[in-house]
Amino acid sequence: MTTTVREDFREILRLVKPGARVLDVGCEDGELLELLTREKGVDGQGLELSPVNVSACLAKGLAVVQGDGDRDLDYFPTRAFDYAVLSKTLQQMREPKHVLSELLRIADQAIVSVPNFAHWRMRVSLMTRGRMPETRALPDPWWATANIHLCTLKDFTDLCRDLGLKIDACAALSGGKSARPFDPAGILENWRAETALFLLSRA
Amino acid sequence: MTTAAAKSAETEDGGTWRFPASQALRLESGATLAPLEIAYKTYGALDAAKSNAVLVCHALTGDQHLASTHPMTGKPGWWDRFVGPGKPLDTDRYFVICSNVIGGCMGSTGPASTNPQTGEPYGLAFPVITIGDMVRAQAMLIDALGIDTLFAVIGGSMGGMQVLQWAADYPEKVFSAICIAAAPRHSAQNIAFHEVGRQAIMADPDWRGGAYELAGVRPEKGLAVARMAAHITYLSEAALQRKFGRELQRDGLSWGFDADFQVESYLRHQGASFVDRFDANSYLYITRALDYFDLAGQHGGVLAQAFQKARKVRFCVLSFSSDWLYPTPESRDIVRALNAAGARASFVEIETDKGHDAFFLDEPQLDATLKGFFSSTAQARGISRGLA
Repeated sequence: MTTTVREDFREILRLVKPGARVLDVGCEDGELLELLTREKGVDGQGLELSPVNVSACLAKGLAVVQGDGDRDLDYFPTRAFDYAVLSKTLQQMREPKHVLSELLRIADQAIVSVPNFAHWRMRVSLMTRGRMPETRALPDPWWATANIHLCTLKDFTDLCRDLGLKIDACAALSGGKSARPFDPAGILENWRAETALFLLSRA
Repeated sequence: MTTAAAKSAETEDGGTWRFPASQALRLESGATLAPLEIAYKTYGALDAAKSNAVLVCHALTGDQHLASTHPMTGKPGWWDRFVGPGKPLDTDRYFVICSNVIGGCMGSTGPASTNPQTGEPYGLAFPVITIGDMVRAQAMLIDALGIDTLFAVIGGSMGGMQVLQWAADYPEKVFSAICIAAAPRHSAQNIAFHEVGRQAIMADPDWRGGAYELAGVRPEKGLAVARMAAHITYLSEAALQRKFGRELQRDGLSWGFDADFQVESYLRHQGASFVDRFDANSYLYITRALDYFDLAGQHGGVLAQAFQKARKVRFCVLSFSSDWLYPTPESRDIVRALNAAGARASFVEIETDKGHDAFFLDEPQLDATLKGFFSSTAQARGISRGLA
């Protein structure tokens, strides 16, 4: 494995069992699916909005459908996959709660990463500037961001509890550093985790 | 079932396969068709493992002359742009087969063929055929050519429907299936447009109840009008506007019913040139086959059921954003059914203003997408880069 692999992908690669069936929602140009196919021999399926990205995926031999996580998950059969992956896009969905429950209908486990709006950089940015935070994790100005449903670590774990989901593992991702396993109930984690990656299952 | 005796008039790059009367084609209607003849063309060479065969299924008015000069019009093949050495469907790498559908008029058994019971052209005595029947006839040809598995079945429009039917009926014989600008069923609007075309043909006094050949006439006017109406559905409003707008043929209006507008002249030309190469009864039979097509209907009303046995087939479904004949939601229905069946599916909607006919035309994203799909699928199939 080369050092250019994104840290969240590295963590996902560690979590996924060899030969698993994986659905990658918002798979972009197929980098993760390709990695999982090569390293773990997974049977992958992607869902991606951009037609140019889908074409790039097809050239890599990946099975990818041009579609929208908000609308198209409903059409996948129940428990068709071992894992459903949603990387840093839950906050861009129109109905994150529905999407999250759909992921865990379709797959036995979901791997979901979300930027934490309560990270200290966010808090400092809002406190000192009095404007919508612009940080390295969320760099776009408010009028250009695709993020319509941002949440904090606490918000996310609350939602998991409401949906009856179990957190099987979670790791904090900050900058380019290696993933750091943490306890989501930990007192300082809502300040420390810039992005949190969860392995979820139905309780 | 490679019967040497069945083979005649076959050349290196195709010909006509004549099946003996003992090998009748059983039709969905319950009727049988015999003797059966299938006219076909091939391009490229079959590799030693017989693993590189690609079947191209043609559309309503297409034929087997895919990538070589058309014998009647003298024009390049209908998919010459896409099929050939070094082209997206590379004949240096693949053995490409295209056969005229049954019911057609370019050499395969159709309503203009001789009815063995009367010694005269079938006309309306020809049995009604379906997309499934067309595919079963193709399967007989593939079998006769000694090919067990097709590396790919590909087609646009009616060709795409045949691709779906292949995957549903012969999943073990199909490694990958590429369905372009098609639908899993004919909609009310599709049937309505076809009915206009058929009525135009049948209203032509020269149609003679389908027996025009015996009378030495042809319902050219009716067939031309059918083609004109249909041709509008193959384009898009934006493409017509871009090509013609309200441009006139001459300076000023004629204050009569000549073709004042360029779009009128264009459609008249489309109609007039079509009748030179197509048979009116074939048009009736093939449009009927399309109207009867309903893949879900064949599987208890559940489209996903059609693909239950096709989970190993690598599907690629493509649609065009401006296609209003078989619009993108139809392709999405196919993809959702594939997902529901747990099949290996890919899908892209290609952004274009060229309408349904975009699959014949220069569309770089279509080429790039399919080139990528072919080469990665060929790798999975173990097909070498080029033939030694």
